[in-house]
Amino acid sequence: METVAFWVLAVAAVGFGVAVFVVDSMARATFALLASFLCVGVELLLLDLDYLGVLVILMMIMEMLIMAVFMIMYMMNPGGLMPMTMVHNNRGALAISIGVFTALAAGIFLTPWPPRRGTVPADPTFSVGQAIMGPKMLVMMVIGIAILATMIASVVLATDRGRYDRPSHREDGAK
Amino acid sequence: MPAWAVVALPLVLAALTYSAAAMDAVFRTGDGLVAPLRECARLIVQQRRRTYMPDLLLVRIGVISLPAAALLAAMVIPIDGRGVWDLSVGVVWFNAMEVVAWASLWLTGWGVNSVFPLVGGYRFLAQGLAYELPHMFALITAGLAAGSLDFGEVAAAQDGLWFVVWMPVAFAVYLLSALAMTFWGPLGHPVAGDLAGGVAAELSGPDRLLFFAGRFALLTVAAAAAVPLFLGGGAGPWLPGWAWSLIKTYAVLALLVWVRGRFPVIRMDRFMDVAWMVLIPATLLQALVVGIVVVS
Repeated sequence: METVAFWVLAVAAVGFGVAVFVVDSMARATFALLASFLCVGVELLLLDLDYLGVLVILMMIMEMLIMAVFMIMYMMNPGGLMPMTMVHNNRGALAISIGVFTALAAGIFLTPWPPRRGTVPADPTFSVGQAIMGPKMLVMMVIGIAILATMIASVVLATDRGRYDRPSHREDGAK
Repeated sequence: MPAWAVVALPLVLAALTYSAAAMDAVFRTGDGLVAPLRECARLIVQQRRRTYMPDLLLVRIGVISLPAAALLAAMVIPIDGRGVWDLSVGVVWFNAMEVVAWASLWLTGWGVNSVFPLVGGYRFLAQGLAYELPHMFALITAGLAAGSLDFGEVAAAQDGLWFVVWMPVAFAVYLLSALAMTFWGPLGHPVAGDLAGGVAAELSGPDRLLFFAGRFALLTVAAAAAVPLFLGGGAGPWLPGWAWSLIKTYAVLALLVWVRGRFPVIRMDRFMDVAWMVLIPATLLQALVVGIVVVS
């Protein structure tokens, strides 16, 4: 059952990925990419990585919706309902992408994967974090807060008030 | 959880959603309890209106994903101790499903190929982070105090003292941002009257029914989630746990529904200022206080 679900989601993820370059509307391309990411998120849930899976789903929805604004804004035709194409330099792009895919797939099959030792831990997400971060966890968490603070601060500094939204207490401001 | 719960969940959610719509009819327009039923019947038989060159696939996905997200969010909310889906990170899942509304509104607004719906969809996205960040911090604060992101454990951690008592800021911000995430009442800019109905302006017939039923369902789920998060879950004297959960859910839901008729739509840029400069710092301070209490 889980194997079937895994393969269905895997094929769907690749299929939606292909769809990104086939559809002729930027809105559809954006949401095909989102669908592909959601498939990957559910794959993580299947691997019992609950937190990571749900987080991927949450972050990808938010991220792709914000991306949609920019992807459409930077289009040749921001109206967006006119047909468009996501590909150019077809031959070169095909050669590069097939090359990269082959290299990555070969890597999967050529790597001597170690056999499983021990059993599934009670909280796989915690164990993954431990394995990747180890004693650097505290540093990474502090850096995470610092990055968040930097982002908020830079947005605050970068935002100048628009024409219509001056502070309401100022004389010349919009009431 | 027994198998019947999986069947019962959509029915319970539908019943609660209907009562939210009925309360709205009673509080705001003074129509009777059957007003939503009449509206349902009218919309089901109404002929669909079509705009010029719509992207129907995206509109359908947008409209259907709204009630679907509400149902998926409801799966992790416990009625009596445990949810239908016993997920250890239910709070995050609940939040993820609330954020699906961003996609629903934008897809619907974009797909119908009409100006006002498009503006409505972008309004929601533009406000998205101002709504989501305070909401997320309020959720995290409850999780932090319980040491778990599981709704059941968060409810169990309030044995004795409900979170609403010692983290009132988080609770208030949760309710306010829940209104925003369900584009309801004073935060209903995406479907507001100044946009001639916004995202929903071109929806008709069954599409309109699903869209607004989905919004009521999201509001219901947000009210139901407040119970295990801040109001002690099923705790209460004499009555069994599920009864207390329902009573508290109805109380929160009634408050949220009542707000719509009581307050006008707030200006978007004003709320954006408040969200970034008041709500986010306030929730962060609340999280800090809770964190210090938990550690000490």
